[in-house]
Amino acid sequence: MDYTFQFTEVFKELPYLLGGAAISLQIAFITFWLGALIGIFGALAKVYGTDINKNIASSYVTLFTNTPALVQIFLLYYALPDIGLLLSPMTAVLIGLTLNAGAYLTEILRAGVISVRRSEMEAADALGMSRLQIVRYVMLPHIAKTIYGPLSNFFIWLVLGSSLAALFGVEELTGRAINISSANLRSIETFTIVAVIYVILTVVASTALAVIGRLAFRVKAKVF
Amino acid sequence: MFEQFLEQVPLFFSYHNLVFIAQATGRTLAMTFIGCSVGFFFGFCIAVLRQSTAPLLQIFRWLAIAYVEIFRRIPFLVILFIVLFVIEPLMPGTSLFGIATVSVCLLSTAFLSEVIRSGLESVPPQQVEGAKSLNFNALQTLVMVIMPQAWKVILPPAAAFVVMFIKDTSLASQLGVIELTFAGKMLVNRGFSPVLGFGVVLICYFALSYPLSRFAAYLETRLASS
Repeated sequence: MDYTFQFTEVFKELPYLLGGAAISLQIAFITFWLGALIGIFGALAKVYGTDINKNIASSYVTLFTNTPALVQIFLLYYALPDIGLLLSPMTAVLIGLTLNAGAYLTEILRAGVISVRRSEMEAADALGMSRLQIVRYVMLPHIAKTIYGPLSNFFIWLVLGSSLAALFGVEELTGRAINISSANLRSIETFTIVAVIYVILTVVASTALAVIGRLAFRVKAKVF
Repeated sequence: MFEQFLEQVPLFFSYHNLVFIAQATGRTLAMTFIGCSVGFFFGFCIAVLRQSTAPLLQIFRWLAIAYVEIFRRIPFLVILFIVLFVIEPLMPGTSLFGIATVSVCLLSTAFLSEVIRSGLESVPPQQVEGAKSLNFNALQTLVMVIMPQAWKVILPPAAAFVVMFIKDTSLASQLGVIELTFAGKMLVNRGFSPVLGFGVVLICYFALSYPLSRFAAYLETRLASS
């Protein structure tokens, strides 16, 4: 086996790849917050909702967590034009990943909603705490402790999951890697560099999340 | 559009299409099953290695940690591409199915080793010390003391991860492995409505994953109470 690795070809494209990494992060960020919005309603419906709401929320979660995001987006991207709704690749990916994230976040946030106990709220009320104080000192510490770790893990999962946008032609990190490798034919080198970028990106992201968690919510989140 | 959909239904569910979809489902299952079995074996080895304390094994422990941390932080799609481009020149003629299965193995080893490790760590250290004072050797301690208590913690999340791997194999369609997602794409390319093609594929995935995730949930409640 004679194969000379030539990383210089790829290093020339590093700014282009890092731009792609920024787009990956953007996709993860947007889908995370939109998914969290769905997740809050889903979690509240699952815990406090009427029977119908509970059923709707749990069938949404079961349907979306048991099927691959890729096929969900395929369905959105290729089936919606039939009813006259033409989505751009980016919008299709964002909608698909948001719906998918919403299902997972419903489950994560539900654990947070459950962790607040009514008796503690009543005790805080009896101590004469204002509504804002109850939220700040009684509810938030419990919720943060239960869900901060899973939430930051899920954000990392979304950064990795956003790579499937490449299959629809969105130029995020993996998409740009495919572009480069088909131009310079240095596939192993290109994808190794991209893998390294992903590792650095997620390590930085989880370190940052752990630091924020510790400073803001006193949560001991693990990086590794 | 709806009439067209109805027109296609009898055509779509012809004998040959059903066989084609069944074969594709089989390939998805095979990839997941082989990947998870191999992943469970190597994941177990890595977890036990990381629990060991022998100074001689220190370098292997670092390598194991590096492997697990790196492979949990690379998207499956990128792993697929790297494995494809590395195996292709080394062993020309390897089937795409084999390449995809190797990728699933690499991924599942990393994830399952973490699950198994947290299971092993859940056993209180006094148990291990007790076994040591009864003159159990390392293997006996593992088989007779640690595992009977650890598998309760390992099984529920492991089953949940198998569901994740079933879904991840859909990305192997990008290499051209004829598994469920690729079957759906081919059927749509042959002119069937995407709602029908991808809808049936979604239902197949659901039929594979749903029993498993129910099983995981059942194990969680069942084993937690005992």
